[in-house]
Amino acid sequence: MTTSGTDADVIDALIGITPGSPLDAIRARRPEARLHAQATYRALFVPEAPGTVTAQERLAVAAFVAGLHGATAIAMWYAARLAESGALPALTEAVDAVIAEARTHGPYGRYPAGPLSREDTAGLRLRVGAATGRSLGPRLAAAFEHAHLLVFHPRDGTPAALRALLDAGWSTTDIVTLSQIIAFLSFQIRVVTGLRLLAGRS
Amino acid sequence: MTDTVLMPPEHTVPIAFTRAQLDWLPWLEPLAIEAMTERHLASLVEAARVKSPYFRLLARDPDALEARTRTDKDIFYNPDAGLPRAERELVAAATSRFNGCLYCASVHARHAAIYSKREADVQRLLDGGVTADLGERWNALVAASVALTATPSALGPEHVDRLRRSGFDDLAIADVIHAAAFFNWANRLMLSLGEPAATPGL
Repeated sequence: MTTSGTDADVIDALIGITPGSPLDAIRARRPEARLHAQATYRALFVPEAPGTVTAQERLAVAAFVAGLHGATAIAMWYAARLAESGALPALTEAVDAVIAEARTHGPYGRYPAGPLSREDTAGLRLRVGAATGRSLGPRLAAAFEHAHLLVFHPRDGTPAALRALLDAGWSTTDIVTLSQIIAFLSFQIRVVTGLRLLAGRS
Repeated sequence: MTDTVLMPPEHTVPIAFTRAQLDWLPWLEPLAIEAMTERHLASLVEAARVKSPYFRLLARDPDALEARTRTDKDIFYNPDAGLPRAERELVAAATSRFNGCLYCASVHARHAAIYSKREADVQRLLDGGVTADLGERWNALVAASVALTATPSALGPEHVDRLRRSGFDDLAIADVIHAAAFFNWANRLMLSLGEPAATPGL
């Protein structure tokens, strides 16, 4: 595979790391982390065995998660990959529409009843509207609701949230892949955000 | 489609953050050991992890699991300078405390306490939360971890400057960023695919 974004290190590209720069030297000190962050990207977005999660589903979820983080450049990067994959404009517009109505501040959520209940914090539980849901389709609409849960209030996870994904047509193995995409983006976005800030402070 | 959500067996739900050993009960079916291929087994990286339902569940996407694990190991175990091991574990514990992952916090608070020999300070983080006073050096680490864990990120130049004033160099600060970012990945998987349980007899 030689499509754009496949071979070049994505974190380097998103930060704008150039060979020989201070951040290049810092990343070189953790070579396995650099290599395998990229390997994770490939496993999730250009998989050798894609199974039953489509490329468009993977990229749409990534663009959505980045958008929820307010990581505009990263969201645009995944949205561009999504457009390249042949996604209809209605899909990319629906991704942007849900981001606009779903952005909030996390982490919030509830703990099991007990001493931690005083830390319970209420917040939005996303329900994708009917019109947007039609553009996304039932699988992606369910995936976006789950992604919102994991991004903003991960401690509210329940078996029922997973049942909603199964009911929308995600298999158990699909859910593992979906969860990895959301969780990996939560990592990738923070590495990019943090290292970029560090470079600006050097 | 026969995939279903698992009902965990009766168990004691932990209601406070702890350094004690916890179990983790999956809400989706892990791979059965006898059904695992060579690829599934290799994706565990450590053979002993075949006993863990968490890793056998993630092994359903073996390429993503293997790359995740190799990223994790370099961020936390690479001995080449940077952030001391105890403080990488502290960052993992603080991130998990803020996101609300009792399981991840238990493991990494235990490690932080062992490597730092500062059990009382680690316990103060678990009991009092991320604003507990742990002394300026650790306060700076926790504040940066929490700021990067917030969605959207609240990490600013002031966090980098505060870490520098505590004596952390750029490689150590990059380690803080990676360790906090990685636990935003790990917490979301642990919190959404199953639940912690108090270990019987402890």
